[in-house]
Amino acid sequence: MSDLLYARWLMGTSLAFHIVFAAVGVAMPLFMVLAEWRWRRTGDPVWEDLARRWAKGTAILFAVGAVSGTVISFELGLLWPRFMALAGPIIGMPFSLEGFAFFTEAIFLGIYLYGWERVSPRLHLASGAVVAASGAASAFFVTLANAWMNRPAGFDLVDGAATGIDPIVAMFPPGWAHEVVHVVLSCYVATAFAVAGIHAWALRRDPVNRFHRAALAVVLSVGAVAALLQPLSGDFSARQIAATQPVKLAALEGHFHTERGAPLRIGGIPDVEAAETRFAIEIPFGLSILAFHDPRAEVKGLLDFPRDVWPPVLPVHFAFQVMVGLGTLLAAVAVLFLVLAWRGGWKVPTDRRFLLAVAISAPAGFLALEAGWLVTELGRQPYTAWGVLRTAQAVTPVPNLAAPFWIFTSIYLFLGVVVIALLRAQIAHAPASPDAAAAARGEGA
Amino acid sequence: MAAADILGAAMLAALVFYVLLGGADFGGGIWDLLASGPRAREQRAAIEHAIGPIWEANHVWLILVIVVLFTGFPPAFAAISIALFVPLVLLLVGIVLRGAAFTFRVYHAGNAPMQSAWGVAFSVSSVLAPLALGASVGALASGRLRLQPGSGGVPEGGWFAWLAPFPLAIGVYAAALFALVAAAYLAVETEGALREDFRKRAIGAAVAVFLAAAVALGLSWLEAPIVFEGLTRRGWSLPFHLATGAAAVLAFWALATRRVRLARAAVVAQAALIVAGWGASQYPFIVVPDVTLASASAPARTQHLLILALAGGSLLLFPCLYLLFRVFKGQRAFSMIDRRPRAG
Repeated sequence: MSDLLYARWLMGTSLAFHIVFAAVGVAMPLFMVLAEWRWRRTGDPVWEDLARRWAKGTAILFAVGAVSGTVISFELGLLWPRFMALAGPIIGMPFSLEGFAFFTEAIFLGIYLYGWERVSPRLHLASGAVVAASGAASAFFVTLANAWMNRPAGFDLVDGAATGIDPIVAMFPPGWAHEVVHVVLSCYVATAFAVAGIHAWALRRDPVNRFHRAALAVVLSVGAVAALLQPLSGDFSARQIAATQPVKLAALEGHFHTERGAPLRIGGIPDVEAAETRFAIEIPFGLSILAFHDPRAEVKGLLDFPRDVWPPVLPVHFAFQVMVGLGTLLAAVAVLFLVLAWRGGWKVPTDRRFLLAVAISAPAGFLALEAGWLVTELGRQPYTAWGVLRTAQAVTPVPNLAAPFWIFTSIYLFLGVVVIALLRAQIAHAPASPDAAAAARGEGA
Repeated sequence: MAAADILGAAMLAALVFYVLLGGADFGGGIWDLLASGPRAREQRAAIEHAIGPIWEANHVWLILVIVVLFTGFPPAFAAISIALFVPLVLLLVGIVLRGAAFTFRVYHAGNAPMQSAWGVAFSVSSVLAPLALGASVGALASGRLRLQPGSGGVPEGGWFAWLAPFPLAIGVYAAALFALVAAAYLAVETEGALREDFRKRAIGAAVAVFLAAAVALGLSWLEAPIVFEGLTRRGWSLPFHLATGAAAVLAFWALATRRVRLARAAVVAQAALIVAGWGASQYPFIVVPDVTLASASAPARTQHLLILALAGGSLLLFPCLYLLFRVFKGQRAFSMIDRRPRAG
């Protein structure tokens, strides 16, 4: 592999690894705060037990997220120094603000995790709420920077150099809103369903366990709302991407020929040489409706753009199908949850088939999140900053990038294995019988 | 004062905080590695207790430095990222392993072999990171990283230009300084025999810092002429050295006479002055001698907005930090007054 390819693989591996922990860091604090809030309101020790156990899991995942995020902040320069030399002064603002959001997140997570017996209940709960809010703020700011890479704005390019820089305009480039909303929602969906799957699996063995029921109630309530909002946000994304990143839209839809009343293609295999997508289920007018809310609207195809600005069509189209497919599946599970909960008088459904469905869909959220990230990153190729700087121009002149690639990849694999083992151990210690939590603390059974 | 100078000062201030806070966490790891005697277990437990709630927040100072560097001085960030690729990768490996191993050790409670394995990873990476960070800083100051225009950022001396006596001496200096800061804090945060352990370790580290400083000064005369000149021949150099030396002497005296709170304050002053003195002596260079604050400056509007963001962020940050330390470092978290234990 060339050094450019190693650089791309190293950045991709680092981000694919970090993004999981980052998403957990956004959503998990909300869940643990909701559990603690219920405990403070009701005094029921099950909620306290849940909040404390979730806090432990959050501590492990957040630490890995913090250090892997540090790697990325350095890798921006280590791998793409020419991109940072150009983009730093333009998109430094969201990164700076993210730095302060991360500061508050780390400070109040410390107070939350280690302060159970040290601070007042009110301050403890408030600290958790600040962690949840600043986690979402971090995701918000960092996604703004990515939105700029997809659709650079706020400067003029003169002879390869940026002039007339306006960091405020650059902070909110065209299309920022959809990406930010979509990313933040995805953190809640992915984390909620992953956690729900674990507790649903435990409930299948022990259906009266109040601990797991309480857990499922919190995560599926948040997860269901987020999973149902996500298709709406996706629709918003489709329209903004059609307006701001037409090449990416064409690639992710496998859409080669500009046409009015363009069909929506579900599945299929794009053939770049033949400029057509085969074996897809075509829904007439579907793409025009989704992209412009008008069945007769014209949707630009890839052939309208020079071949050397096409992203890799096959993987982008495939990743997009995976994201939408899994997102639809999760929305369906969310509907099922709401219907069952409503018919059961707003109690957590413990129907075994429903629990199986939740357990099976546990990885779907994170797979969809990774697929969506691939869509936006691969869909931007061959550029690092679309239309401004190609990835091949941004890469470092440092040779032998295979070495750092293998070093960090082995570290990530190793950390991944350890985190899974640690979380398994935490879950294995969850209370087995319904009142174990209370009994363990000697509060009666 | 120009915007570039304000941002340069902000980066230096953030680095001072990183040394005083994040550096102390690495120093804790160094003492974990060197834990010995009948109370080795208690020493490790005290270190874990001291670091646990705060290391993640302490670590953000470094990210802040990086962000200010790439926003305010983007060509300098690019140049440093290329020329110091190797030591920065080593620093990252140290940072990742330190943080992960520390957390894993805490959450492997009850599994002794796993805990000790993570302990080794935690302590060894706590040595690696300061060495790599110090060597990077030493290389920036040394003037060895010649970045001629048209070279595409490839340093004249190659990818291992940083690998020379002076940068390595700064790496050792950084590790010794971090160990000193950590031992001084731990002496305040422990009691009885454990406090004696850390007090003695602080004295040992203070000697190591003194020796490392002497070696670094000597090597700078040979290898880092601009910094040496800055350290010795500017108008402020003499008072600055006197202040640093006074802080060091005060720290020694306070440690010797068991005034641990006063010692901590003196060590903080000493470490802050050392970092500030380095910054002042290489001013206005970011990378000596080819990149200056002015030559690497982002456009004025970016720098002005960045200053605003930093100012606003600080208003949020410092009260939160105060709360954090107030919660975890006891009633008199910042006091430098040593009360005599009551008789009887």
